[in-house]
Amino acid sequence: MDDLAVLIEPQIPALRRYATALLRQREAADDLVQDTLERAIRAWPQRREGDLRAWLFAILRNRYLEGVRRRRGIEVGVEALDTITDAGTDPEAALGARDVLDGIAALPEEQRSVLLLVAVEDMSYAEVAAVLAVPVGTVMSRLSRARGRMRAFLDLAPTIVTGHLRRVK
Amino acid sequence: MTASDPRPIGEDDLHAFVDGRLDPGRRAGVEAWLAAHPEAAARVAADREVRDRLRARLAPVAEEPIPARLRIANLATPHRMRISRWWTNVAAAALLLALGGASGWVGRGSMPGPGAPTEPMTQAAVSAFRTYVVEAAHPVEVRADGSSDLVQWLTARLARPVTVPDLQAQGFRLMGGRLLPAGDGLAAMLMYDDDRGTRLTLYSRAGPSGGRGVFRYARADDVAAFSWIDSGMSYVVTARTDEARLLRVAQAVDAQVSGQRDGAR
Repeated sequence: MDDLAVLIEPQIPALRRYATALLRQREAADDLVQDTLERAIRAWPQRREGDLRAWLFAILRNRYLEGVRRRRGIEVGVEALDTITDAGTDPEAALGARDVLDGIAALPEEQRSVLLLVAVEDMSYAEVAAVLAVPVGTVMSRLSRARGRMRAFLDLAPTIVTGHLRRVK
Repeated sequence: MTASDPRPIGEDDLHAFVDGRLDPGRRAGVEAWLAAHPEAAARVAADREVRDRLRARLAPVAEEPIPARLRIANLATPHRMRISRWWTNVAAAALLLALGGASGWVGRGSMPGPGAPTEPMTQAAVSAFRTYVVEAAHPVEVRADGSSDLVQWLTARLARPVTVPDLQAQGFRLMGGRLLPAGDGLAAMLMYDDDRGTRLTLYSRAGPSGGRGVFRYARADDVAAFSWIDSGMSYVVTARTDEARLLRVAQAVDAQVSGQRDGAR
């Protein structure tokens, strides 16, 4: 058990940060982290060798998604999200800078998680791929879309067209 | 690695550049390329800014001491099989709009979105918003002076227990509410405002029975609305505000009404 604490506890600040970014409510975020840790403790004997951080973040994200599905049963329609990012001029925004967390909240979860894990948690693209259980190429395309939407949300760049760039392997 | 990496610069290089994941040789190559491509350089700078702002915004959370209840030693106590609780705190803030009245509304097909509201309930909600939000003297029938009278009044009129979503976390305070005729039944409209005077309405009524739906977005001129159905109730939030903020309100209302309903069983 001491091993477990020594290994897991250093990850708790980052887990709280990720949970807070997902939920925007501190108390709820800590509940989610607690739920994650309890799950991790129970699953510890079955854990395979590998990246501990990715394992913990994957548990947290899955608990989050499961909770969203079970409790709310409502997902944001794709059309709503597309509209948000194309909203263009916003009279309210002229009064003050937008909160970057509002922009994050408006992203589809899969893009939100990729951007948070890459930009805030400093995970490698391969590590993010492990958390989300998707190929690295999918991580990169989600990252690209997330960044395009965030630029538009924060009005940081007039275009998000990148067609002239070549993709390389 | 020398500075003469022959591979062309790709979008993944630019992301890796933003995230500081290039080796020095490749980084020098990307820097040289960006110097000749100002549009891409502007994008990279913007992505850096987003990254910096996100990190700065979230850094305080990770710098706090770990709460005692998250210590492994305190968690590893015997099998207290607890159901995941994080959503109940989301819902704990209060509320339920279990509105009475027979449902006069039958769910239509999905609304084409985004666009003007074509679904009758959203149209009704937007009309009510336009009518009452401009009212200076009587925007609401019953003011929320402590909100218990409002709750009692709505509960009495709708013959169902009614509580009201707390949207303080989204920056909105409850002003009050009114009842509106809606088909064979009644709809409740709650009005909120924020420090800038932005007003927001939550329109809700019974029907259609069962089912859950996605959030639907509609915009009519300067008015934005999100609507959804859940467990026999229909909801519309309407405001003159940006969609991201309104969506957060819709999510907050949804979390509270569905959590409260489940918790009340």
